[in-house]
Amino acid sequence: MAQTSDSHQVIIGEHEQYTINMGPQHPSTHGVLRFELSLEGETVVGVRSHCGYIHRGIEKMCEVSTYQQIIHLTDRMDYLSAHINNEAVSLCVEKALGIEVPERVKVIRTILSELTRVGSHLLWWSAFGMDMGALTTFFYGMRDREKILDIFEESCGGRLLQSFICPGGLMHDVHPNFVARIRELIPYLRKKLPEYDRLLTGNIILQERTRNIGVLSRQQAIAWGVTGPSGRGSAFSCDVRVHEPYSAYDRVKVNEVLYHQGDTFARYRVRLDEIHESLSILEQLIDQIPEGNDYAVKMKPIIKLPAGDYYQRVETARGELGVYMVSDGEKYPVRVKFRSPNFSNLFVIEQLAVGHKIADLVAISGSLDLVIPDIDR
Amino acid sequence: MNLYDFSSLTQSIHQGLSAMMAPAWVTVTEMVLVGVVFLLFYALVGLALVYIERKVCAFIQNRLGPNRVGPYGLVQTVADLIKLLFKELLMVHKADKFLFNLAPFIVIIASFLAIGALPFAKGLQALDLNVGLFYIISVTSLTVLGILLAGWSSNSKYSLLGAMRSGAQVISYELSVGMSLLTIIIFSGSMQLSVIVDSQADGWWLFKGHVPAFIAFVIFLVASTAETNRGPFDMAEAESELTAGFHTEYSGIKFAFFFLAEYMNMFLAAALAATVFLGGWQPLHFGGLEAFNRVMDFIPPLVWFFGKTFALIYIIMLFKWTFPRLRIDQLLTLEWKYLLPINLVNILVVSWVVLKGWHF
Repeated sequence: MAQTSDSHQVIIGEHEQYTINMGPQHPSTHGVLRFELSLEGETVVGVRSHCGYIHRGIEKMCEVSTYQQIIHLTDRMDYLSAHINNEAVSLCVEKALGIEVPERVKVIRTILSELTRVGSHLLWWSAFGMDMGALTTFFYGMRDREKILDIFEESCGGRLLQSFICPGGLMHDVHPNFVARIRELIPYLRKKLPEYDRLLTGNIILQERTRNIGVLSRQQAIAWGVTGPSGRGSAFSCDVRVHEPYSAYDRVKVNEVLYHQGDTFARYRVRLDEIHESLSILEQLIDQIPEGNDYAVKMKPIIKLPAGDYYQRVETARGELGVYMVSDGEKYPVRVKFRSPNFSNLFVIEQLAVGHKIADLVAISGSLDLVIPDIDR
Repeated sequence: MNLYDFSSLTQSIHQGLSAMMAPAWVTVTEMVLVGVVFLLFYALVGLALVYIERKVCAFIQNRLGPNRVGPYGLVQTVADLIKLLFKELLMVHKADKFLFNLAPFIVIIASFLAIGALPFAKGLQALDLNVGLFYIISVTSLTVLGILLAGWSSNSKYSLLGAMRSGAQVISYELSVGMSLLTIIIFSGSMQLSVIVDSQADGWWLFKGHVPAFIAFVIFLVASTAETNRGPFDMAEAESELTAGFHTEYSGIKFAFFFLAEYMNMFLAAALAATVFLGGWQPLHFGGLEAFNRVMDFIPPLVWFFGKTFALIYIIMLFKWTFPRLRIDQLLTLEWKYLLPINLVNILVVSWVVLKGWHF
């Protein structure tokens, strides 16, 4: 493997290898990520991923932010799972303080998380189609994701970065239309999802390009800490919602979607099935929202966690997000560490793509569903 | 059928010019005239196709497409062209300057040369060579030369990868294009395009030629889509993999040349398919329906020609906007393991059919 990043050629045996930089500005890296590829013709013989191009020092910034302020930073990590990131920090703080939030808050938080998951998977499907060269998928996915963003906008004020879930509950109450909108959304998406299968899933070209490409074994997935839909495509049962239910997940039936093939197509199927699964969770929860308007418990303006360290994990759209907080009893945490799913999911690509073509590398990195700001933080 | 014969028009122009000047000058003037007409035609069709493509893909994708510049956005492509004309021509450091500048011209000349041999209507054909079909195939294959040069001279690895892909792809699919056309050459017994069109006066080869002609037609559509580097075979550009492939480093009008040439190649492929398989400018005729046939005769041949061509272009556009892209090895597998053997068998079947006189 070529060890240097400049473009000189390394001759091994009969073959000539050359290095090519994919990114940091490249259409299929979905952000500022750089793959340093060693190629023999079109075949990938080595991948080195370089991250850090969008490092903003979020963990360090957390050390000089109050716990309410941290919420706004977590939005900017995995911006497609903003609600879920907020929830992780909120749950961690509430756990430390020993606060029990109202039932209504729990249900609404779970509904928001599932909406986020559906929206994120829809965007992933759109972008994955683009990666594979099917340009129409992008507009289909975006069209349907728009409905979810409208719900967010109405209730939270923000479409992408909501900062809505905060320690103690929610920032404010949801919009009166909230329930009605979701009741409309569920049958709408149920009607549109078969369209996705007709357009892309059933396509012979897509299946040929994704089956047996980038096979991730269960052992590998566990060893590299690949979680979320990417891990579940390899039969790694890692759904936090099932194994360690938080918020309202203990009162709904969550079917963990597992596929055994571990290839790109399995990861694709997991995500599409998870949209259906999230819709059924939404369906179960939408009638369970308790009456009333208590959206938060009364919190002090400045939260001080008791000294000690606290950990909370949640399932984002991309995998397991862990929040580790160390407090010495002051208003700022001493240390905050995020275990972000994308960071673990990224580096497995160095194993998966070797021996495949460049086009497969794009498919594999698309199927891992990377959000680069979550890797760098 | 002599209702819309353009040969009288061209004859009268020729005679008028002959009356005015020496025969040598007449030839020169006619060449200039034809050149100007084709240049105008080329630009017009190119701009129209870009607009049509944007509208078609917009409707497939639940969008409106261009709708701001001019009525229904009709002037949008002209505005884009003006923008491209004024853009800076970037030159990559250590690029091969001469070849870098030459490549877009080779690509555009290759597509331009081929238009001359297309029969647009009766008597409306600049070059009626007796090897017309062969001429078009050979001239369009010059495109790959320009693409290879562009990739090589850009001094960029992405460009080179795109060019190498394109080279492998175009050279492979040229075989299928040629062989599927060969079936019709066997049917009609000539390579001359006007003869091929005339042989379809009583029915198009797609219908007259039984199953083999239909197979050849499908193969031609697939292979010519691949040869013009359009999706789902746009390996050479593959923007999600190679950013923009062979024309990554081109900007301004030089990029526009590649862009325009791609659309003209698509037009050529569709026009050739229309001419060879769908009767060119011949109207749709059914045996036994005299009244119907006579009504069809009143529709001008230019309408027939462009109607068929744009119908095929629409199909080629549908391919691009619905299918994901193939991988390079799958692309070559499709050609060498499937299309080529099917084609070879097909030619044998066609020969047998023609030998036995089973076709209509």
